[in-house]
Amino acid sequence: MTHSEIDAIIDRYKGKESSILAILQDIQAKEKYLPKETLEHVGGRLRIPINKIYRIATFYRAFSLMPRGQHEVCVCMGTACHVRGAQRVLDQIKLGLGIRPGETTKDRNFTLETVNCLGVCAAGPVVAIDGQYFGKMSSAKVDGTLKKFSSDKKKKEGANGKA
Amino acid sequence: MVRLSSPQELGKYRDEILSKRNPDQSLITVCGGTGCHASGCHAVVDAFKKVLHEKASGNGIGLRVTGCHGFCERGPLVVIQPKKVFYQKVKPEDVPTIFQETVLNGKILEGLLYDHPVTGEKIISEEEVPFYQKQRRIIFGNNGNIDPTQIEDYLAVGGYQALAKALFSMKPEEIIREVKKANLRGRGGGGFPAGLKWEQCRNAPGNIKYVICNADEGDPGAYMDRSLLEGNPHSVLEGMIIGAFAIGSHEGYVYVRNEYPLAVENLGIAIRQAEEVGLLGKNILGSGFDFEVRVSRGGGAFVCGESTALMASIEGNVGEPRAKHIHTVISGLWDKPTNLNNVETWANVPVIINEGADWYGRIGTEGSKGTKIFSLVGKVNNTGLVEVPMGITLREIVYDIGGGIPDGKGFKAVQTGGPSGGCIPESMIDLPVDFDRLTEVGSMMGSGGMIVMDETTCMVDVAKYFMNFLKDESCGKCTSCREGTKRMHEILTEISEGRGKPEHIDLLEELGWVTMEASLCALGGTAPNPALSTIKYFRKEYEEHILNRRCPAKVCRALLHYRILSELCTACGRCAKVCPEKAITGIQKTKKEKGKPFEIDPVKCIQCGMCLETCKFDAVEVE
Amino acid sequence: MVSFKIDGQSVEGKEGANILEVALDAGIEIPHLCYNESVKPYGACRLCLVEVVKSGRSRMTTSCTYPVTEGIEVLTRTEKTLRARRMIIELILAMCPGDKLIQDMAREMGVHEVRFKKEDKDCILCGLCGRVCDEVVGAHAIQFAFRGDRKEMVPPFGEEAMNCIACGACVIVCPVDVIRMKEEGDERTILRWKRTLKMKQCKVCGNYFAPWFQLEKFKEQVKLSKDFFDVCYTCRT
Repeated sequence: MTHSEIDAIIDRYKGKESSILAILQDIQAKEKYLPKETLEHVGGRLRIPINKIYRIATFYRAFSLMPRGQHEVCVCMGTACHVRGAQRVLDQIKLGLGIRPGETTKDRNFTLETVNCLGVCAAGPVVAIDGQYFGKMSSAKVDGTLKKFSSDKKKKEGANGKA
Repeated sequence: MVRLSSPQELGKYRDEILSKRNPDQSLITVCGGTGCHASGCHAVVDAFKKVLHEKASGNGIGLRVTGCHGFCERGPLVVIQPKKVFYQKVKPEDVPTIFQETVLNGKILEGLLYDHPVTGEKIISEEEVPFYQKQRRIIFGNNGNIDPTQIEDYLAVGGYQALAKALFSMKPEEIIREVKKANLRGRGGGGFPAGLKWEQCRNAPGNIKYVICNADEGDPGAYMDRSLLEGNPHSVLEGMIIGAFAIGSHEGYVYVRNEYPLAVENLGIAIRQAEEVGLLGKNILGSGFDFEVRVSRGGGAFVCGESTALMASIEGNVGEPRAKHIHTVISGLWDKPTNLNNVETWANVPVIINEGADWYGRIGTEGSKGTKIFSLVGKVNNTGLVEVPMGITLREIVYDIGGGIPDGKGFKAVQTGGPSGGCIPESMIDLPVDFDRLTEVGSMMGSGGMIVMDETTCMVDVAKYFMNFLKDESCGKCTSCREGTKRMHEILTEISEGRGKPEHIDLLEELGWVTMEASLCALGGTAPNPALSTIKYFRKEYEEHILNRRCPAKVCRALLHYRILSELCTACGRCAKVCPEKAITGIQKTKKEKGKPFEIDPVKCIQCGMCLETCKFDAVEVE
Repeated sequence: MVSFKIDGQSVEGKEGANILEVALDAGIEIPHLCYNESVKPYGACRLCLVEVVKSGRSRMTTSCTYPVTEGIEVLTRTEKTLRARRMIIELILAMCPGDKLIQDMAREMGVHEVRFKKEDKDCILCGLCGRVCDEVVGAHAIQFAFRGDRKEMVPPFGEEAMNCIACGACVIVCPVDVIRMKEEGDERTILRWKRTLKMKQCKVCGNYFAPWFQLEKFKEQVKLSKDFFDVCYTCRT
């Protein structure tokens, strides 16, 4: 991200120091992570010392300091999904991708995350991939679902369908 | 859009909107809540749009994508007005038939109707669906009648009438008196009387005051606030404006979870539209009262649901709570008097102003007036969002509304209050749901998550699950919370993996006591509840894990033994193919040979459960 | 002045003071780790818990964050406070079993065994180093990062603390003495923050007295003659 792009985001919030969270979120949404140089530039513009910025960037789970994969696999670990077997689904995905939550596959194709509740409890266990929800997941359905995203072309499906 | 500068103009505008709407004309409403999104409502909506566009007879027939109807288990939901024909689990392929038969010809498609779980009878209209019958949807009910992105819909159902009444026919002190009389208690979990909070904030010294809507709904399994914000954001805004007027505040914030993008979007649209029309911003409805609302997004931290942490977050800091010796109503956001209330609490305000505290007080119990929206989820047939009068029993919620436990399994417990709450066992299932009764038995109302558990749920596992969540979400400041939750989780893990020791239960209780008593905020203060309440009501289950290394509910993997029943095994070999550890061997049957039953090597087995899920002959046994 | 009682003893504190500082001034010992009079109270360690009786109701709270209030009764050694403090010191000891101060405090409080899996951390997460660096020194070189059991005190990005001026304030304020400073030749290193800076020699005595980087920072902030920073503190006085 260029300095002028970052400045445009900062200006949208009138350079207010208290808008640091919103600014970081907008950067995260565009870049998919928060590069070190970007954080240093933001700190300079807002006059916030970098130690505080690093503290904020690591405190909130919304932010990632490492580049993310092409596809984000988000497993809901909410209570309702949990009692319906979400842990088994997560374990199967961990096995299949070879990574743990928070990590990205070596080929940078997948990043695995867990979230504490997606708010789609009726369809649990739920896995969201790139914002698409897959409800009533089971360990048996994992491989087939992941395969849909294995190729490099991003699929743009109209409906948020079930797996 | 028109700009309204008096209550009379508001009334006139509403009449205009209503005059253009024919209540007898067919209107197709499709639930657009997130639950239905996940079931594919988008495709259903697109299919309707297509058919309405293509057929000439589609002219004049409206299509409305509404807020969440609450019956998420049966989505996508389509309700055909005016008869309120209720179709559930609708697929895009059903749409042309629905249009032709029901919309045009008034015929009912039985296959899409909800059937009564006991009588099998087909139910036609939404109101008669048992899921809704015991509910009292004074807050949530409008979701199904409005498109949240159209302020005219909200006006058409009487929206902003309460605001007009408050601004022009009531004084701030009167409003506070009414809210106090109604005994509206905080719906976010604290249960603190809202009217009292407003009064303290109003009386605090200072000209600059803030109101905040806490939409950081972090309890896993709870999504009531999400559906209210997505489905009827104006109801929340209206409540906030009335509250701000009563308190003397001109600036408000809605702090919404990062994980609710649709709520953020619909809220933004609602704010913009309300401002355009003159119901928000400067000189609201010509009253001279100014009030602005900003949306603040959370960063993915459960602890930011705590009021001082939330305020720290809005100020641009980490969400670390601070000591509340001086309450936030005196010194809160930027050290100014601040009134914070939950989404559902704010949504109750217009109802109280419109109907009056006396009417409101007739619903509920002595100590808990009004209704509460619960997310009824887990091992229950009718999963969804339910709004019930306080005082209804857990049994009625789980069985009459929830339709009981699926697959004929037995009820074991219901968990209320999220990670701060506790499990309530079957012996207490006739407990009336109200703030004080739930706290008495070691749980709490919390924000409204209600997780039903059956005999296949392991209570040790539930305690471990919540403790894992809390240890991750702890801000880490207090030794007692950070180390307390960590060590409690450690012990629960030991127990669930067969390394439990008899002294562990006492140690859990000791740790629980310190975590509760020594921690600064309610996260640490309530963190031990799930563990302590499960020890209280399910001690035998803990003892089974510790003394006999057994998990009666067959959940704790390390304590399970998977084996194949040779008499049922057909030697199809499917299990061996899916086993990640290649732990299953046998001789696969062929056209000529019967093969030999497959066997699981217990040493290699990692108890993943793939074989159990794959076997089509029920030949895999777990014990 | 605000009058109140601690363990039956009448004490007085200035408006805005906290119970702990008044107690310590009066010679009443309340165990504490994360409190230091040079920085704002933080309330992290939870050791300074006391019971405060106000209007007939008793609450257990940290004495470092509770503002002195007229007429309250503070009890520092009740069964509840002692029980809580014992568990807390045991938890800290389990986290940092090698810290001598924690071992001593635990022994004093009657805690002789640790019932949890011992870790091998040394930092007790009191935050004093970062708080002093931010509030007193103004270098903003280190701060807490992450949260929950992953919380740690680090320079930004876990790399060398680029804003550190190697003043040594963090070394002095750390209660468990785990921040070490070393001087070798013309270099000073704060080991924990991976910060090594070259030192300047005094024009008069020839000793290495302060890092160049530190003196440059001071020059930016104060209006003093350039040669003020050529002479060490001892020789100046």
